[in-house]
Amino acid sequence: MRIAKGSWVQIEQVVLKPGERAPHVPEDTKAVPLMLWVKGTLLQDASIGDTVEIETAIGRRMSGKLVAENPPYTHGFGRPIPELLTVGAEFRALAERGSRR
Amino acid sequence: MKDMSYAAVMGRRNEIMKQALGIDYGDFELGGLAFDYERMMEKAGYTLEQVREIQRETNVGDTPLIELKNLTAAARALSEPGKGARIFIKDEAANPSGSFKDRRAAVSCYFAQHHGYKGVIAATSGNYGAAVVSQANMRNLKTIVVQELFDSRGVGQPEILEKGRKCEAYGAEVLQLTVGPELFYTFLRVLEETGFFNASLYTPFGIAGIETLGAEIVAQVQAREGRNPDAVVVTNAGGGNLTGTARGLVKAGAAQTKVIGASVDLSGLHMASDRDFNRKSFTTGHTGFGVPFTTWPDRADVPRNAARPLRYMDRYVTITQGEVFTITEALAVLEGLERGPAGNTSLTAAFAIAREMPEDQIVVVQETEYTGAGKHVTAQLTFARENGIEVRRGDPADQVPGKNIIIPSDPSMIRPKDIPLHDLKTSYLKNAMKNRPAGAPAALTDAETAFLAAEVRETPEGLAALLAQLRG
Repeated sequence: MRIAKGSWVQIEQVVLKPGERAPHVPEDTKAVPLMLWVKGTLLQDASIGDTVEIETAIGRRMSGKLVAENPPYTHGFGRPIPELLTVGAEFRALAERGSRR
Repeated sequence: MKDMSYAAVMGRRNEIMKQALGIDYGDFELGGLAFDYERMMEKAGYTLEQVREIQRETNVGDTPLIELKNLTAAARALSEPGKGARIFIKDEAANPSGSFKDRRAAVSCYFAQHHGYKGVIAATSGNYGAAVVSQANMRNLKTIVVQELFDSRGVGQPEILEKGRKCEAYGAEVLQLTVGPELFYTFLRVLEETGFFNASLYTPFGIAGIETLGAEIVAQVQAREGRNPDAVVVTNAGGGNLTGTARGLVKAGAAQTKVIGASVDLSGLHMASDRDFNRKSFTTGHTGFGVPFTTWPDRADVPRNAARPLRYMDRYVTITQGEVFTITEALAVLEGLERGPAGNTSLTAAFAIAREMPEDQIVVVQETEYTGAGKHVTAQLTFARENGIEVRRGDPADQVPGKNIIIPSDPSMIRPKDIPLHDLKTSYLKNAMKNRPAGAPAALTDAETAFLAAEVRETPEGLAALLAQLRG
């Protein structure tokens, strides 16, 4: 699928390959590359996986591999936590006891 | 064409920083380990009154001080007769971007604007990013935020995802990286490419900005109660929050007020580990920053860190992730304040410490922070479960960071654990000796001795005793 010039996109860069990582990082971190993602306006028509140029929100030009068109924010509130459901009532009972003191 | 390799960029570190900070730290060096901390704070920072003016220009500070009457009553129910201090909280979530970090950002952005920088850069995965963008926007500066956010699977901490979203909502360029301390390399590259100001958390500006928080606490408690607070509890990570608050307390005449640092216990988790990254439910305010920065402040992204918490700390305690989540829930239900969770680290410690204090005393928790998607108890605990962390009720003493999160079976189980100051001072001195410049004379100079004594808040005799113990 072609993504049109002017679309809001996310690109990816490999900042350091596994062999280039700092000497003092733990082994599990050293085994993987240091990656970077940034969003901006696509400066030419392109497809996912192409090397492209973007203009970031403050007008800087950056290039990298096109990975997504306008990716959504996926974080939310999760689920209510059963273990916490009664905590409020427990504290309320304490507060009542404490205020009678 | 400049060499942009890791080694070459790191090698240009000092030169890049000098340009990006507008401070010549060399001016304050006194030889060997020593530098003139107070002169640095005075020459490179601003007075309390100047900071107040700067912050009022961009709507920072003058936040409400709230007495938590129901939480105090709950603590009293668990206390011996006559014990259970009154708990107050400074609602720092009322700052423009939702945390006390606006105080730090305000001063950095003011300096950057008045010294002709076109933009500011902050390396942070915390609330500070949003604070910098918000303040920079008011001063017509561009902002780049560099965040450590994802593990190598591309999975992001919900709390940091939210902070990234907020920075983007304010119009920043947000560079999002996988785990690793080489974030600093990316940070240096961007500083060099753009010529922007390094809005570091650790400059004199970043610390002077928090002094108003300490001073406001004194003024507000004085106005309501006609006395100074007995203790102030501060969440401790990089040390700036504690240092700035304590300096503000002293400047406002409350030198006798006890300053208590609190961090979430994440012992055993490696902060630079790709695997451990998403096994923690707190991305700041924890021992992974608190202990190393307390025992060696100059590991920061500036040549001399203005945050030096050992100079001001009267006590340092840790509490567990499950205890903070519990108190966050209690704050919402008892007081109608949905805040945090990370910002409630100090509140959790205060709830337990209040039980040890006489009931006519006052303990102040000096911050709250905004809450929202990702930055919420339910978001964090849902994410923890998805990453294989066991969540259960039980005894917080059984917690193992990265393996489980224990919601106390009973509020009486919320108990801070002390890290003895003696251990922190010893550890600091060990680090100092290790970092002493090569070629320094064998014996410590007078300047070094005076500096170290101030650093660990000891008399010359006290310092000599600690050093003698070290030599064993």
